[in-house]
Amino acid sequence: MNYNWDWGVFFRSTGIGEETYLDWFVAGLGWTIAVALAGWIIALLLGTLLGILRTVPNRWLAGIATCYVEIFRNVPLLVQLFLWYFLVPDLLPEPLELWFKQDLSPATSAYLSVVVCLGLFTAARVCEQVRTGIQALPRGQLAAGHALGFRLPQIYKDILLPQAFRIIIPPLTSEFLNIFKNSSVASLIGLMELLAQTKQAAEFTANLFEAFTLATLIYFTLNMGLMLLMRLVEKKVAVPGLIAVGGK
Amino acid sequence: MDFSAILPALPGLWEGMLTTLQLMLLGVLGGVLLGTLLAVMRLSHNRLLANLAATYVNYFRSIPLLLVITWFYFAVPFLLRAITGEDTPVGAFTSCVVAFLMFEAAYFCEIVRAGIQSIPKGQMGAAQALGMTHGQCMRLIILPQAFRKMTPLLLQQSIILFQDTSLVYAVGLMDFLNAARSRGDIIGQPHEFLIFAGLVYFTVSFAASLLVKRLQKRLAV
Repeated sequence: MNYNWDWGVFFRSTGIGEETYLDWFVAGLGWTIAVALAGWIIALLLGTLLGILRTVPNRWLAGIATCYVEIFRNVPLLVQLFLWYFLVPDLLPEPLELWFKQDLSPATSAYLSVVVCLGLFTAARVCEQVRTGIQALPRGQLAAGHALGFRLPQIYKDILLPQAFRIIIPPLTSEFLNIFKNSSVASLIGLMELLAQTKQAAEFTANLFEAFTLATLIYFTLNMGLMLLMRLVEKKVAVPGLIAVGGK
Repeated sequence: MDFSAILPALPGLWEGMLTTLQLMLLGVLGGVLLGTLLAVMRLSHNRLLANLAATYVNYFRSIPLLLVITWFYFAVPFLLRAITGEDTPVGAFTSCVVAFLMFEAAYFCEIVRAGIQSIPKGQMGAAQALGMTHGQCMRLIILPQAFRKMTPLLLQQSIILFQDTSLVYAVGLMDFLNAARSRGDIIGQPHEFLIFAGLVYFTVSFAASLLVKRLQKRLAV
C-alpha cells in the first residue's frame, strides 16, 4: 500500500498567504454552523406554528398543515434543494431575480437557498414532534383552560405549549442534530461548508484518509457536544414531578 | 413550462429509477442483515461485543450520509487495492452500495434492538428451559417475533433510504434524480425535469407510506 500517512498535513500551508489546511476546516465548520442555526430558527418557528395548526379544532387549518408535512417529508432533501436553488429564483419577480442572481455573491445566494430549504424541510419534522407533544398532554388540560375562561390562543401559549415543549426536547434534539448533518448537502450547490472543504483539502493534499478522518471527528464532536448541551437544557427546564427526566 | 419533452425521455428516466431501486434494495437487505448482527451484538452479555456495536452505531449516526458516500467513493477502491494487492476497478455503484449498507445498518440496528427488547423476557426463559442454546433462542424464538413487530418501522426506514439514494448525485452515479437532471440540462428544460423528478419521488414515497400505515393497522394486535 503506497500511501503516505501524514497527520501534520493540516498545519501545512495551502500556498495562499499564511493559510493552513486547518483554516479551511475551520471556515467550513463556520458555514456549517451558520447554515444549521439559521435553518433551525425557521424550522422551529414554522414547525411550532404548523404543529399547533394540526391540533386546532378546525378541519381546514389542520388539513393545510397535514398537506405541508406530507409534501416536505416525501420529497428528497436534495430535490428540494435543487428546486430552491435552480427553480425558485427564476419564478421570482424580475427585480428580486436580478438581485439574487447578480448582486449577491455565489456564496450568499447558495447560503440563502440552503437555509430556506433546510428550514422548511426540518419544519415538517418539528411540526410532527410538536403535534405529538401537544397530543400527549391529558385532555383535561385543554378543558381546564376553557373552564378558567382562557381563549384558545391563551390556552396554547400558557398551558399546552410550555408543557409540550418540555416533553419533546429529546426528539427535537435529534432533529437539531439532523439539521447539522443535513447541511452537508450545501456542498452540492457550491457552498464551502465542512464537507466541501474536506473534499477540497483531500484533493489538494492527496491525504484523503486524514482529511475525512478529521471531518468525521469534527461532526462527531459537534454532535456529542450539542447532545450534552440539550441534556442540560432538558434538566434545567424540567418541572419537578411532571415528567421524569432521563428516566426509563 | 412545457412538459411534453418528458415523454420521449421516459425510457432513460426508467433506467435511472432502476438504479435507484437497486441501490435501495441492496442497501435495505445488507443494512438489515448487518443491523441485525449489530443489534444481537449490542444486546449480548459480552461487554466487548456490546461496546463495539454501540461505538459503530454512535459513530455512523453522528456523521452525515453524504460524507460517508463521498468518503467511500474515494476509499473503497483504495482499500480494495490494499487488500487484494492489485488494481480492482470498482464503480461508483459498488462504493455507494457499501456506503448505504454500512450507514443504514446503524439505523436498522436501533430498530431491531427495540424490536428484540419488546419481546417479553419469558420467551427467552421458556426457550432456555426447553434446552435451546442462546443462538437457537434468538434464531427460532426471538427474532421471528421481533421482525413481525418491527416490519412497519423497517419499511418506513426503507422509504427514507429510497429518498436518500438521491445523494449519490455527489459521486455522479446515474440514479433517477441525476438522470432527470442531466436530461433536462441537455434538452434545455431543467425546471420541468426537476419538477417531474420531485413529483415521482413524492408519489412513490407517499403511496408507500400510506401502505405501510395500513399494514401497521393490520399487524397491530
